[in-house]
Parts: sequence; C-alpha cells; structure tokens
Amino acid sequence: MRALERKMIRDLLHMKGQAVAIASVIACGLAVFVGAQSTLWSLKSARDAYYERNRFSHVFSSLKRAPNPVAERALEIPGVRRVDDRIVKGVTLDVPGLTEPATAKLISYPDRGEPTLNEIHLLVGRHADPLRTGEVVAEEAFATEHGFRPGDTVDAVMNGRLQTLTIVGICLSPEYITTIQGGSLWPDDRRFAIFWMPRRQMEAAFEMEGAFNDLALSIVPGANEAEVVRRVDRLLAPYGGLGAIGRDLHLSHRFVSDELKQLQTMSVIPPSIFLGVAAFLLNVALRRLLTLQREQIAALKAFGYSSREISVHYVSLVGLIIAAGSLVGCLLGTWMGRSMTEMYAEFYRFPTTLFHVDYRVLFAGCALTFSAGCIGVLAAVRSAVRIQPAEAMRPEPPPNYEPSLIERLGWHRILPQAPRMILRELTRRPAKAIMTTLGIAFACAILIVGNFGKDAVDFLIDFQFGLQERQDASISFYEAVPARAISSMRHIEGIEAIESFRAVPARIRFSQFSRQTSLQGLGPKRELFRLLNTDGEEVDLPPDGLVLSAALARILHLEVGDRVRIEVLEGERVVREAPVVGLVDDFAGTSAYMDIRALNRLLREPPVISGAWISIREGAEESVFRELKETPVVAGVTLQRIAVEGFMDSFAENLLRMRLFNVTFACVIAIGVVYNSARVALSERGRELATLRVIGFTRGEVSTILLGELAFLTALAIPAGFAIGYGLCRFISTALETELYRIPLVLNPPTFAFAALVVVGATILSSLLVRRGIDHLDMVAVLKSRE
Amino acid sequence: MDSPPEIQAVYEAHDLTKVYHMGEVSVHALRGVDIHLYEKELIVLLGHSGSGKSTLLNILGGLDIPSSGEVFYRGNRMSDFSESELTRYRREHVGFVFQFYNLIPSLTARENVALVTEIANDPMKPEDALALVDLDERMDHFPSQMSGGEQQRVAIARAIAKQPDVLLCDEPTGALDLETGIMVLEAIDNVNRELGTTTAVITHNSVISDMAHRVIRLRDGQIESIVENEEVKPADQLNW
Repeated sequence: MRALERKMIRDLLHMKGQAVAIASVIACGLAVFVGAQSTLWSLKSARDAYYERNRFSHVFSSLKRAPNPVAERALEIPGVRRVDDRIVKGVTLDVPGLTEPATAKLISYPDRGEPTLNEIHLLVGRHADPLRTGEVVAEEAFATEHGFRPGDTVDAVMNGRLQTLTIVGICLSPEYITTIQGGSLWPDDRRFAIFWMPRRQMEAAFEMEGAFNDLALSIVPGANEAEVVRRVDRLLAPYGGLGAIGRDLHLSHRFVSDELKQLQTMSVIPPSIFLGVAAFLLNVALRRLLTLQREQIAALKAFGYSSREISVHYVSLVGLIIAAGSLVGCLLGTWMGRSMTEMYAEFYRFPTTLFHVDYRVLFAGCALTFSAGCIGVLAAVRSAVRIQPAEAMRPEPPPNYEPSLIERLGWHRILPQAPRMILRELTRRPAKAIMTTLGIAFACAILIVGNFGKDAVDFLIDFQFGLQERQDASISFYEAVPARAISSMRHIEGIEAIESFRAVPARIRFSQFSRQTSLQGLGPKRELFRLLNTDGEEVDLPPDGLVLSAALARILHLEVGDRVRIEVLEGERVVREAPVVGLVDDFAGTSAYMDIRALNRLLREPPVISGAWISIREGAEESVFRELKETPVVAGVTLQRIAVEGFMDSFAENLLRMRLFNVTFACVIAIGVVYNSARVALSERGRELATLRVIGFTRGEVSTILLGELAFLTALAIPAGFAIGYGLCRFISTALETELYRIPLVLNPPTFAFAALVVVGATILSSLLVRRGIDHLDMVAVLKSRE
Repeated sequence: MDSPPEIQAVYEAHDLTKVYHMGEVSVHALRGVDIHLYEKELIVLLGHSGSGKSTLLNILGGLDIPSSGEVFYRGNRMSDFSESELTRYRREHVGFVFQFYNLIPSLTARENVALVTEIANDPMKPEDALALVDLDERMDHFPSQMSGGEQQRVAIARAIAKQPDVLLCDEPTGALDLETGIMVLEAIDNVNRELGTTTAVITHNSVISDMAHRVIRLRDGQIESIVENEEVKPADQLNW
C-alpha cells in the first residue's frame, strides 16, 4: 500500500465518528431512493407484464342490450384490434356469516377456450363447467376475506330468483387489480365480489341469449383512442350504451396508476432532500478536514505531489465514505423496497411475485450519491490545493472579529462572557452559522414530512366520515322507485334517520371537454350526507342548477355561470342543459350535485329516488340488515364506514411501516447533522477552547461556549425547520394530487412537537458525545504547537 | 558578484520582490533581491524574523511566486514553468526541511519518507535515508511518538531520500534544543559533503553561519551583505 493510501485510511479512522454520521445519512437517502424506485419499477413492470399477458383491454363500454353481431361491427372501427363482448350483471349475495347483504358482479366467460381480452388468472381450482348450473370462479380478494375454497357455496339473488353459486376456482383479473366499486373510494372486499360464470349459464339466468351488455376492446399501438371511444359510443347508442371509457377512467387501472404516480413523486422528493443534506454534510466535513490539513496539503505539494494527486487523495477519502454509505443504502433500500412491495401486494393483486431489484436503479442511485458528494467535495478540494504551498504553510491570518450588532447596540452589558463569545462567533461567520442552521432545519423538516401522511389521512377520514358522510349505510335500489317507497323503510325497527337520493350516470360536457360521472340529486335536509367545502363549511344547493366538485370544474375548464350539457347514460338517455351555480371544493372524487326535485324536473320524471342513506341505532345493525335483505327493491347495502375502518386497519399498519422508515431516517439525519456540526466546531476551535482551559476555565464553562452555540443554532433551526417542513408538505400535497384524491395540507401539533423533540434530542446526544472531546482537550499540545 | 568560472550557478535571481496581503495589512517581504547559488555549495541565509529569508527560500523552492523579478533554475526561467512543471521540479529536484517538520501525523517515520520516495525518480530506500540520519531504530514510530529532534531528522531523511539537486532548509533547528540542533545540522552537513547536494539553510542564529561556504545576510527584504567563509567548520565544531 502506498504511503498516501495509508494516510487516507488513517485519516478516515481518525474522523470515524463523522464518517459514520455522513455514511449513515447517505445510506438513508439512497435507501429511500432505491426502495421507492425499485418498488415503483417492480409494480410497473408487474402491471405491464400482467396487462400484456392477460390482454387487458383499452376501451370499455357498458350498454343495455345488443345482439351479438353488433360486437362484430365494433371490429370494423379503425384502430380496433380485438373485441370481447360479455354479459355483466350485478346480483345480491347472501354470504354466510355476513348479516348485511353483499353485492357481486357476475361476468360472463366463454364456454370454451379463453376470452379474446381480459383473461383471468386461475390461482386454485378449475374453470366453471358451462354445462353445470351455478358454477363460478371467484376473484381472490372476496374469497380470501371470507375464507372461501373451491367447493364452497354462496346464495345469490339472480334476476329475482334465489340461486346457489358454487365456487369452483379462485382467480385474479387484470381488470380488478384492486376491486373498487363505482362511486366508492375504497375497496370493500368483504361486501363486493366478482364472479366469472360461463356465458351459456349467464344467458339463461338473465335472458340474454344471443345478446351482450358489455364490450371490451383493445386497440392497435398508435391508434387514436379518443376516436375509437367516439365511434364505439355511436355504435352502441341505439343499444343503450352507457358511454365508452378508456383505461384512464377505468377504476382499477386508474387507482393503480394514481398510486404509481404518487410513488413516483415519493421516490423523488424525500430522496432528494436526504441526498441534498448528505451532500451538504460532506461538504462541511470535508472543508473542515481540508482546513485542518492545510499544512499537510502544502507539505505534499512541496514534496512534488501535484494538485491532481492531492485532489484524488481527498476525493478518494470521501469516495470511501460514500461507497460505504452507498453499499448500506443499496442493501437497506432493497430490503425496504421488498417490504413496501409486499405491502402493495396486499392491496394490488398481481399474479406473479413482484419484487425485483433493477440494477439500473441501484446504479442510478449510486451515481446520484457520488455526484452529489463529489460536487460538494471538489469545490472544497479545488480551493484548498489552489493556494501556493508557502502561503498554506503560514498560519491563516487571525480571524477578523468585530463587535456584534447586539454589542454595537449596547445590549452586551447584560450578556455574560460566554454568550458574548458565542454571539461574536456567529456574527463573524454568518454563512457558516446559516449553513449549520439550515442543515438542522432540514432534519427537522424531514421529520415533519415523515409524519405528514398520517396527519393527512387521519384528517381525511375524520372529514369524510365524521362531517360529510355521516350515514351508517347507504342503500341502493335496483331501479328508481317512487319517493314514497322511503316511508315504508322509515318504519324498519332500528333505523333512526333516512335521507333519499337520486343518482344517474351522466356525461357532462362543456365545449370540447367532457367527463362521465354520477349526477346526484340530494334532498333539502342533508344531515347524513352533507355537501362540505374543504374548510368544513356547508355548501348551498340552489333550487336549480348544478353544483360541481371543483376538481370536475377544472377537468371541464368551466366556471360558475357556465352552462353544461348533461347526457344521461340510462333510461331514455335524455340530453339536457343546465347552468353551473356553484362549486364544492372537496377532497375526493369528481361528482356533480343537484337538488333532487330539480333533478327530477330536469329528467322530466316523477319524484323518484335511487337509494337512501340511513343511520342505525347502535346494536340494531343486524336486525336492520336482515330486514333490508328481504326488501325486494334493495339491490345492495354499502357500509362505507365499516369498509373504510377495515381498510384503514391494514392501511394504518402499512402506513406505520412507511413512517417508521421515514422517521428513522429523519432521526439519523438529524443526529448526523447536529453531531457533525458539533464535531466541526470542536475541531475548529479546539485551540481556542484548550487555551481557555489553560487559563482556568472549567470544562463546564468551555462546554457552554461550544455547545451554547449549537443550542442557539438548534433553537433557530427548529422554527426554520417547521417552515421548510410545511413548505415541503405543501409541495408534496400538490404533487400527490390526483383526480380521485386531493391530499389536504394538514399538520397536527404533535407532528411539530415530535420533530422538535427529535432535533433537541439529537442535539443533546451530540453534545454529550462532543462533550467527551472537550474533556479530553490536550492543553499541553496546544501550548507547544505553533500558532 | 564574482564566482569561480568552472562552477555553474544553480539559481540566479534578479530583482525579486514579494508583497503579501494578510488580512488588511500589506507586507513587503522582499524588495529587490539579486542572488546566485552555485553547485555543491552550502549557504546560510541569515536574518531576523521578517527579513524575508523564508520568502526567498520558498520562491527558490517553487513554493511561492515572486510579485516581480525573475528566478532561473539551471538557466530555466521559473516563471515560465506551468503548474505541472513546477510540481515536477519540486518532485525531482528539491528537498525541503521545514522549521516545524511538517510530517504527516497519520504516517510513521518510514511512511513519511516513503511518501516522497514513491513519487521520485531515483530515490534511496526509505530505510537507508533514515539510517543516514541515525533513525533506523525508530522507523515505525508515528510523529507523535518522537521528540522534536527525531521528527526533524525524519524530515531531513524525507528531503534527501529522493536524492535532490538542492536541499532547502527553513530554520531546521529553530524549534530544537542545542544538542538535537547539532545533530540535525550534522545530518545536513553530511548530505552536502557526501552527496554534494547544493544546500541553503535559513537561520537567525549566526553561529550556524560558520558551517557555510557563503553567508548571505538579509534585512528588511534586501540583501545586506554576502560573506565568503575562509574556513568552513563542520557542524560539530561550531562555537555555541
């Protein structure tokens, strides 16, 4: 080993505390990057491979009923590659052990062979036999939720008749990577099932011989999807087409895509902060090292080492730290990615084992880390080697102290000696003080970001289910029923309150923009389901005109006062116009609301309703559900709150895991920054402090001078960190916004308190470590060495 | 200044000036210095602190650049040297000894010498160089484990290990007691006599000037006098 390499290793050992701190910060930054990126790529490639292999379609349309030859005609649309016509029906299930009724979507499956599109992936059991009545293949989520195995049965009300369905197989489908019902924001795997049944059996059960009511199409690469959608709509309009949609509006696809988009954001923002802080730390630590080694650098130059060789020497030193950090970061990130991917696998069901490490991600991560580190280092090295060796060998000119501003103002008389020294130090090198403060502030900010997700989700749940949707269950009818039907329900024992609503699927169009949504007619008394702004204020529903979700208004590029075209997608498929009279700035969805009487008027129908929201007396749930199950018009009961609670239980667990990563890493960063600052301060001012010891200062007094500065900067950094953290959260909440969700910028006091506490804790811990250094200051050496 | 015609000048300097800006103060370290250094001679640069002698030595060694004036090393104008030529010049031709030794604290004696021999053209073995200064017993000690005199002898071993053309010593005994100072001067004297290395020694101690061929006195950045010694004393016979 060459002498210079030995020097590097010994220098590294000498600064091991700082080296470990820096490497840890790098490891955390890289781990977040590698973890998020590899999760992202694992999910993306799993999804794409799944779509490809199982031929996930591009365009979807439901319709009332069309004869089979119509499907052939869809093939003639330019750009269409494959067409699959199906029968899809909703049925009510009576699941053993479940008091409330569940709903199921029955999808027809070819009697022989594979469907041309949306092939299912059989996990266990077999395909249903087209010659046997009632055999179905069930989607895994529902089956798992209830512990169904092939051979188990469940009762269903199909077309008004009770039939026993036998589950013969359990499968996955590219159409249902997540099983979310239309109009819902959360999957409810307990009460929502998807079954595939042979076409022949479906035709018989629903009197659909020679006809279909659902069409899926795939298009050739490069085809104009919007044009295909238009033509499908035109083709299916005479058959009660409900409006074709592309993948972008397909619920499962959109949910997964939104998640990936959010993951993309999260794989960029926090790692950038972490790596930025790491680069900053490297820079500070190296600058200090170079200052301390000023004379050594000069001697090396005097012996004939070139600036390049010296630069390489110091860059390698840093390179070793980065390499160690990167190695740990890659391992940690891979582990984290695996853990996160497993977590996603609970919500998004893919047929293949998901996680794989993309070496390009590791490479990109390491390259990023090295460049972040080297940029910081090179500047410091360059300025160090540029000085003439003779100049470098002379001690630096004495630092230029001036009375601080506070002293000039004359306030110093009230300050004792130690604070005065701290103050002068800070005013002498404000840039350094600012950098240290900024470093600690960022650590504080990261802690806030780490807890932001939880605060936001807690708030959303409270808002959505504490303020906005206060019903215990929502009931949907098979078809619109006269408004008076509600009065019979009002008498069901246990129902405390009931509010009816009218909901129609509609496409809302404004100039060239359009969007399919549910148009909801709400009653005048809105206590179970309230229309609220994000600030919790109740939004007025005028007797006429539409109130749109602000997100929908943005999609349609319209403002209050504009008139929109409403194309109703059921029944007579009437087309009407109505003015937009208000917007509701809500957190989720893209709904449109009207007064129920105005909606009935608009549709020129008698007072009819589509469903009702109910609140149930505590303890009466079971009897109410039993009663509802036997009410013929009731198609399904959704217990959104219970569904959400179940969902949140598992979600919270995973959220906790994510938080654990973030918060642990943020703690590492906080300690890393503070410890490093303290170490740097100690080595910079070691002489001065030792001299103070020599002239009679106690260890405590000397510590006060050094650590007091750190305490002061920490005190400054905490509010700054709050501000930066708030800004970052604001940025993240905007970046994470999707059409389905808007993430509220909510930060609870405990989040701030926690961040401050960790930073203070890190300061105390670092102080204790550095205090040991102060105790060991070599007073004799100071007096002997040259000034 | 006259010189014997058969001896060539290693260094020729004309009208050197150097101004430092230290903080808010400007220091005129050299104010027009002309000097020649000849092959195989040992000169002593004498002067009080602040007389400019270190500056002159640093400029000759390529550690610093003059504010004005010219220096020739064996006929080559040093101001024409590029950064890499200057590095090569220091690497191949010059050995330095500093008042505060400037050893790398994280390296042992042997490794400190190896630091230089590893990049030199025709170096001695570090062990041989350390033997020349009587340190073969303490080769694996770190600087912090050695006395000042020992550290300075390591520095001399380090300087001569590359077999330089010139040896430049800046107050080599400045931080040492008398006895160790003599040992260090003996080492320098040996190198000059046995290897014929052109040597310049800076000191403010006029006793040391007895071991030089020529003594150059500096004062306030100017040459006050140049005296050729009739009799050159070996280091161990200096009158302290």
